Amino acid sequence: MTDHAQTATATATPAKGAEGHQQHPLGIYIVVWILLFVLSGFSYAVDYFHLEGNLRWGLILLFMFLKAGLIVAIFMHMAWERLALIYAILVPPLSLLVFISLMAIEGDYTFLTRLVMFGPAAEIEAPPH
Amino acid sequence: MNDQAMTGVADHPAAASGLRGVVGDWSDEKQAFHVPWGKAMMWIFLLSDTFIFSCFLISYMNVRITTTVPWPNPSEVFALSLGGEPIPLILIAIMTFVLITSSGTMALAVNYGYRRDKKKTVLLMIATALLGATFVGMQAFEWTKLIVDEGVRPWGNPMGAAQFGSSFFMITGFHGMHVSAGVIYLLVIATRVGTGYYDRHRGGNYEMVEIAGLYWHFVDLVWVFIFAFFYLW
Repeated sequence: MTDHAQTATATATPAKGAEGHQQHPLGIYIVVWILLFVLSGFSYAVDYFHLEGNLRWGLILLFMFLKAGLIVAIFMHMAWERLALIYAILVPPLSLLVFISLMAIEGDYTFLTRLVMFGPAAEIEAPPH
Repeated sequence: MNDQAMTGVADHPAAASGLRGVVGDWSDEKQAFHVPWGKAMMWIFLLSDTFIFSCFLISYMNVRITTTVPWPNPSEVFALSLGGEPIPLILIAIMTFVLITSSGTMALAVNYGYRRDKKKTVLLMIATALLGATFVGMQAFEWTKLIVDEGVRPWGNPMGAAQFGSSFFMITGFHGMHVSAGVIYLLVIATRVGTGYYDRHRGGNYEMVEIAGLYWHFVDLVWVFIFAFFYLW
């Protein structure tokens, strides 16, 4: 990484010295590009080889987060931004975890309610009125 | 505007890195984000777009949990036979590779934009737009196949849970709309780079290319999540 940073400084255009950190060698983009292809291939392989259960969900999530991380960090230059911007953009989406949990709990409740009201048990235990 | 850009991080006496830098950037009576304002605003727009797509994916998760009818198997629904045996998800896999390729060409376009290499920047941006248009074309084919051949409707389908259609059309439709808008956006910016608009009006500053790049990579990013949660799950 230091090696890369030095190259970046060396090749920076004099006209934009303040933003010279945005000038990266092409190599890192090519590497990330290839990695994205490989990871997508892996994701596809998970489905192609009919992996099931926790292995399937785990691998899907792993490849998904790796791909998302590479895109945000390298392609979108987040790795080279100041922490103030990184936190402003990446911290708020964490609140989605609360939203996801709430909706998952709510979903389970709705599912169980539907089983009780519309499932086979509902006809046996029909309300008296 | 130029004055502001010049008194960026480098010249600021209190510029620090790490957490101290965050506090400094946010608390001083000065510009908080040391990036061009267009870039900061694009990031904030993308943050809001993140919440929109998250709402769609979370509502999809919710209806998929709540339904008592089996969910159609996407691996079979989106299978396509190229002459022989149906290959699962093959069209989606090709669409994914097209979109990643377009993200790569866009990353290179941004890089050449910083090098003031006008010709390569324009060519790579046009290549990106063409790949994006290819993606939308394949999506149109996928929708047609699903609606005409498989009878999938937003209110029901022959394969299982009725919510499959509404989730599918809502999520991929909104994403496809983003790709289409991105293609137009890229072509506008590429034209402006090519005709020298930024050389005349922005002193040869191609930061608009990077801002367009942020949007395009975000569209790719959203597809990563749609691919994982809708097609593979």
